[in-house]
Amino acid sequence: MAGLSDLRAGFDPATVKEDFTLLRNPHHDHPLVYLDSAASSQRPDSVLAAMDDYYCRSHANVHRGVYRLAEEATSLYEGARQKIGDFIGAPDPGREIIFTKNVTEALNLVAQSWGRANLRPGDAIVLTEIEHHANLVPWLMLASEIGFEIRYLRLGEDGELDLSRLEETVEGAKLVGVTMCSNVLGTLVPVSQIAQAAHAAGAVVVADGAQYVPHLPTDVSSLGADLMAFTGHKMLGPTGIGVLWGKAEILDAMPPFLGGGEMIKDVRLDGFIPNDLPWKFEAGTPPIAEAIGLGAAVDYLSGLGMAAIREHEITLLSYAMKKLEADHGDALVIHGPSRPERRGGVLSMQLDGVHAHDLSQVLDSRGVCVRAGHHCAKPLMRCLGLAATARASFYIYNDESDIDALSDALGEARSFFA
Amino acid sequence: MPGLEDLYREIILDHYRNPRNAKELESPPALRAEGYNPLCGDEVVITLLVDEGRIQDIGIGGQGCSISRSSASLMTVSVKGKTLEEASAAIRSFKAMMSIHESSLAPAASQTETPTAAELAKMGELAALQGVVKFPVRIKCAVLAWNTLSECMAKATDAQP
Repeated sequence: MAGLSDLRAGFDPATVKEDFTLLRNPHHDHPLVYLDSAASSQRPDSVLAAMDDYYCRSHANVHRGVYRLAEEATSLYEGARQKIGDFIGAPDPGREIIFTKNVTEALNLVAQSWGRANLRPGDAIVLTEIEHHANLVPWLMLASEIGFEIRYLRLGEDGELDLSRLEETVEGAKLVGVTMCSNVLGTLVPVSQIAQAAHAAGAVVVADGAQYVPHLPTDVSSLGADLMAFTGHKMLGPTGIGVLWGKAEILDAMPPFLGGGEMIKDVRLDGFIPNDLPWKFEAGTPPIAEAIGLGAAVDYLSGLGMAAIREHEITLLSYAMKKLEADHGDALVIHGPSRPERRGGVLSMQLDGVHAHDLSQVLDSRGVCVRAGHHCAKPLMRCLGLAATARASFYIYNDESDIDALSDALGEARSFFA
Repeated sequence: MPGLEDLYREIILDHYRNPRNAKELESPPALRAEGYNPLCGDEVVITLLVDEGRIQDIGIGGQGCSISRSSASLMTVSVKGKTLEEASAAIRSFKAMMSIHESSLAPAASQTETPTAAELAKMGELAALQGVVKFPVRIKCAVLAWNTLSECMAKATDAQP
């Protein structure tokens, strides 16, 4: 049933849910309460249909065949690139949007290509303590090989980064890598403020948009970052497709990452000439159907409107934080910023006396899906002094009834383990 | 779908709330091993005092869910006072109950067999963890302490001349 808040947000989650076959289907005798979209969202039937249609009518390899079917496939693939670029405000999608496997591969591309070309022993880069392993481990791997320093912006009060020493931390650094939204705390990171300081220090800025791009309006022309990664499966698209956006002049100067077909202009036995952007970074047959599926996902999101999606999530977050506080009080700790406006749609919770795994198990018995664990952010978890949290995350198909089901199931877990 | 009561037996909840042998023995002389479950962040620290091939005392530290903590607690009760050989046999039967068979040479049929009533009776309170096998993702929680005990006991064997 649509509440007032849903009408204000511009769309009704109950109607949205109708577009998702998986969400309409019952789940072990319970209606499915899917609260794990930060790990992976569900996808609407239109995304599945776009991929199915491509395979049924237009599949051939791209950029190769001189026949109509191949031209159709190429046009659909490149059309998706344009659409996805427009979605994030990329000035030149035809050169600046690089398809990868996921965010992890996109960030490894940056580390292996930009990092190897630009980082020397004794150099410094800056990351934050709240990074996902995907924006941490590629740099740790490279640092152990090259021998550069990694400095960290630390966690401060109320789940926010401590930026009191921002200028001196970025001083002399060659790169600053920062998440746009913490996948554990939900913290929205002030990327443009950090980028301004980083650019003043002469550093390149790479942003991890995995938890941001699916949920908030994104405009790379005003973001401040030079490179940004995001992934399809967290924004209604299929798995197996990620995106690296980068300013053309930076991407142009970077050497290729993976070698093979598609990424070359010419190959001789003694060398090769790399292809132009973006194909220089797309070795081998790319994820064609997945790109087309992500294009359809972007159409769906644009249809709802990213501003309306953000408004919906703030409404849900506010409702959830009030409801959970009222029902569980001190027994439940919610990590991260206390103001809903300061966070993305994730709630990491700790229920007194109940381990996150046990909590997740009890919630599952009520059809409620949450993520339990360290969320691939072990340094942050260590900093918080936690081994695991249970994380509920929201998206366009969630409404107040999902929060009510979550809160009821939390009550059951409390009585079970009390 | 198996119910929660299959998983969370009263004995399990009791050992979770009141873990036995929750302590860290001074090492040395005690042997020490740490185990991690990288997927969920569970940690276990085992300290083991072995004298003349017999487990004189055992301590359990770390953190984890009710299944991993209760399994560790029940394990300490089960192996304390046993010889290393007896403890090894206990580890094998526990893992067999969790459908983990050490030897790939074992006949295929025995790998799918569930423990008999007599075998379960011999396991005593440990049999309470049998329901875990119906929740495959939790098996790794239940065996964490046992695998770590194996590693710790290997140190005792290594230390012998």
